[in-house]
Amino acid sequence: MMKRDECLQVLSRHYTDQVVVPAYQAAFEWMVICPSDLTYLTTGAMGQASSHALGLALARPDKAVWVLDGDGSLLMNLGSLVTIASVAPENFHHFLCHNGVYEANGSHPIPGQDIVDFPGLARSAGYPHCHRFDDLDDFRSRIGDVLGLDGPVFIELIVEQGAVYPQDYVQLHSAERRARFHAAFNPPA
Amino acid sequence: MLSGKCIIDALKTSGIRYILSVPDIVTSDGLLWPVSRDPDFRLVRVCKEDEAVSIAAGLSFGGVRSLVLIQNTGFMDSINAIRVMAVEYNLPICLMVGLQGLEPGRLPAESGKYSVRICPPLADVMELGNHLIRNDDDIPVISGEIERAYAAPGPVAFFLGRSPAA
Repeated sequence: MMKRDECLQVLSRHYTDQVVVPAYQAAFEWMVICPSDLTYLTTGAMGQASSHALGLALARPDKAVWVLDGDGSLLMNLGSLVTIASVAPENFHHFLCHNGVYEANGSHPIPGQDIVDFPGLARSAGYPHCHRFDDLDDFRSRIGDVLGLDGPVFIELIVEQGAVYPQDYVQLHSAERRARFHAAFNPPA
Repeated sequence: MLSGKCIIDALKTSGIRYILSVPDIVTSDGLLWPVSRDPDFRLVRVCKEDEAVSIAAGLSFGGVRSLVLIQNTGFMDSINAIRVMAVEYNLPICLMVGLQGLEPGRLPAESGKYSVRICPPLADVMELGNHLIRNDDDIPVISGEIERAYAAPGPVAFFLGRSPAA
């Protein structure tokens, strides 16, 4: 088991100019750990991060896209695994923060909390590369190689809540943040 | 008469590059099969309609135009995604919705099918601009409204009042 924010801190050391699409708790933490105008906060409806990311990856195939999904979120949009695998964007890394609960909604367990095999689902959907990490040192030592793989790549992170970060819903729904992302995503030629 | 070819031409005129779709028997022969064979479009077949709305949102940030081609049942299934992305966030989400079950010659409001009858009023209550496309005379509104959607930006929905001819 890893602390989610510690995982994100490790991942942030590999960050250069990727588009990052974080869902809910990961969004609150990523905004602090790795602030960037290329953080896409426009997913709006729970479960939709992976589909937004697919649209972004198709719009800018030259740009790497990282999704920081949640397990409860992905369960709401499992079909997106099949859609993404069938489109097969090479610039797509799909991280899943698996804590087994709906953390933002009272920490109730997700369905299939101790049963569901997310990398297995992704592999069956057609993701060519699927990885699971539950040890921070292992994640630290191997994530660089995983990020070098052509997508779509699925990376499950077995995590629990670490430090508490501000739940900045204002930023999450901010029109000004959307405008900043748009500008960063479409730099002047 | 509602010509699928004329609708496709209008979509091309509007710069639509991506069609995001769950198949619908209303639009299958006249739109979706022709689109699937047309090299001017890239078709993404999604598993569920709200995926299409979200993919369209992502594409829009890169200036890539798309059309969500779905059935009225899928429209109702994706209302939360439409609510936030299209209406609250004012993203240029363009929807083309087959009214499956609409009886020939009837307006949606006159339909005996509850699932048809409620769709335009649902769009209205969501403040989602919408247009009924029943025959070829209605087709010119498509390109104009797509242009407006991307210029504003904001969403638009086209409800198809009959099956487009192949």
